[in-house]
Amino acid sequence: MTGHDAVFLLVALFTGGAALLTVTSKNLFHAALFLAATLAGIAGVFLVLRADFLALVQLVVYVGAVAVLFLFGLMVTRAPIGREALDGQNRGLALAVSGTLFVVLSGLIIQSFGGVRAAEVTGPGIREIGIAIFAHWVLPFELLSMLLLAALIGAILLARRESGESGEESVERRIDFGDEPSTEAGAQALPAADTAGELPAGEPVAGGER
Amino acid sequence: MESPPLWVPLFTTIVVFAFFLLSTALLIWAERRVVARMQTRLGPNRVGPLGILQTLVDGVKMFFKEDITPGMVNKPVYTLAPLVGVIAGFLAIAVIPIGGEVTLFGETFTLVVADLHVGALWILALGSIHVYSVFLAGWASNSPYPLLGGIRSSAQMVSYEIAMGLAVASVFIYAGSLRISDIIEAQAGDGLIPGMPGWFAIPLLPAFLVFVVGMVAEAGRPPFDLAEAEGELVGGFNTEYSGMRFGMFMLAEFMQVVTMSAIVVTLFLGGPSGPTFGLPDAIAWVMPIFWFSLKMSLFIFFFILLRGALPRARYHRLMDLGWKVLIPVALVWTMVTAAFVLLNELGGLATETRWVLAGIAGVIVIGLLVLGSSPDDASDAPVPPDEDPAASDHDKVTS
Repeated sequence: MTGHDAVFLLVALFTGGAALLTVTSKNLFHAALFLAATLAGIAGVFLVLRADFLALVQLVVYVGAVAVLFLFGLMVTRAPIGREALDGQNRGLALAVSGTLFVVLSGLIIQSFGGVRAAEVTGPGIREIGIAIFAHWVLPFELLSMLLLAALIGAILLARRESGESGEESVERRIDFGDEPSTEAGAQALPAADTAGELPAGEPVAGGER
Repeated sequence: MESPPLWVPLFTTIVVFAFFLLSTALLIWAERRVVARMQTRLGPNRVGPLGILQTLVDGVKMFFKEDITPGMVNKPVYTLAPLVGVIAGFLAIAVIPIGGEVTLFGETFTLVVADLHVGALWILALGSIHVYSVFLAGWASNSPYPLLGGIRSSAQMVSYEIAMGLAVASVFIYAGSLRISDIIEAQAGDGLIPGMPGWFAIPLLPAFLVFVVGMVAEAGRPPFDLAEAEGELVGGFNTEYSGMRFGMFMLAEFMQVVTMSAIVVTLFLGGPSGPTFGLPDAIAWVMPIFWFSLKMSLFIFFFILLRGALPRARYHRLMDLGWKVLIPVALVWTMVTAAFVLLNELGGLATETRWVLAGIAGVIVIGLLVLGSSPDDASDAPVPPDEDPAASDHDKVTS
């Protein structure tokens, strides 16, 4: 095992660990941060494989823009800082889809590049990458950009439909002044059953305000 | 080409690092002095001649202040945020040459840490990582004002990054390389008129202007310092920070000013190039460093003047400027540059044709700017506070 292999192993372990934490993390914001770390780790993998152009583009596009937009969205929607019960119902399905995808992709990669020795690989020049994208593979490239455009318009449409209703639900959480006893004696005078009935245990948000 | 001994690049790295750190310290002092002068105050004048050591003393103070970690913060992210800013700021300078080659003690020092063949992208990548510092701080503080600052800054930086990226793209399309030394090389020699420097600021003037505006926004400096906006957000993203962690944010911000000035000089003003006045070779190496420092100081001075002269922009003004002016201009100019380069490769144009084409393009851009911004002024009047009585009525009904 050469030093190169060792570095690759470290970067790969970092990336894999961050990816695992992304899907297992209970906190939404932490999950997004681990996603950013995973994407940065992939840039590191590119760097180890001597594709520095690709690595930096990965940093600019994914870490610098995509992950930032994720986090931005989470911040605007007031993602709670503490622990959050976050669990999708589709865990099995997600596992099946990603597992299949992993097997298919790794099979394809091994089939096409299995015989190439790592030492022979040098990152292609920027000129070659440009010609490949914009001359040979221009149709898939444009199709992808159309897909992204469609996703963008769809996102705007979805967001606009709900814009009229945003902020309405906060009315119920408003603190009611006046009809609450402000002293300790008053609190004791209140029938205990009343408060318990109104606020089921384990509702920290409403309970904190009462 | 035999590789030099290990201590040579190490020494170069330390020299470059010290150069930028010293510039940052001087910037902080200069800013306080110049802004004081603009406001008919004296500014720091106690420590050292003209108060030049004030930054040093402030740094010592920062180190010995109590570092308070509020109880409600998210500790790991809270600790990470200032570090990300400082590290990204320091790493970005690695590709910028501060001078030419220097031969001392029988070794040749190239005054750049690493001349990557994707250097221009390196600058952009580190700039986009710098964003994390501010909005991680805003989120991890778990407090309303920092959160607002963080949200503002992330939207602002992502928006202006697009315009800046396009401006840098027209630079490297024109130069035909992403390597910083190639970009500087391409700016050597004469421009359109003999005797005029071949700086990219002239053929790529729109991109240059976009970059200059974008770099002020990216550095989070007045008039675009909405992320900390001390008049409205207490301290913005750094409200909950104190001691040396706050100092690191300060350092990162001022460092960003120096880095951005160095980048704009490198990409658009020929970097360390300049006349050497026929000095003997033994001391001619000083001149590139001198020219680089001079050009960089001019931009730093520009940053300081902006801070003293302009009020803070309103947020929607900032977004309008970014999305409706800078991005279209940068996009158009990238296309124009690409077309020019392509025409050049296909056979080239006469200088007169170039002038005419550039003139037409300039007229179109200015016309679009004038036409595009005029209807905005009517709708720009402050919204009358109609909603406030209604809102308070609503409050009464529910209570």
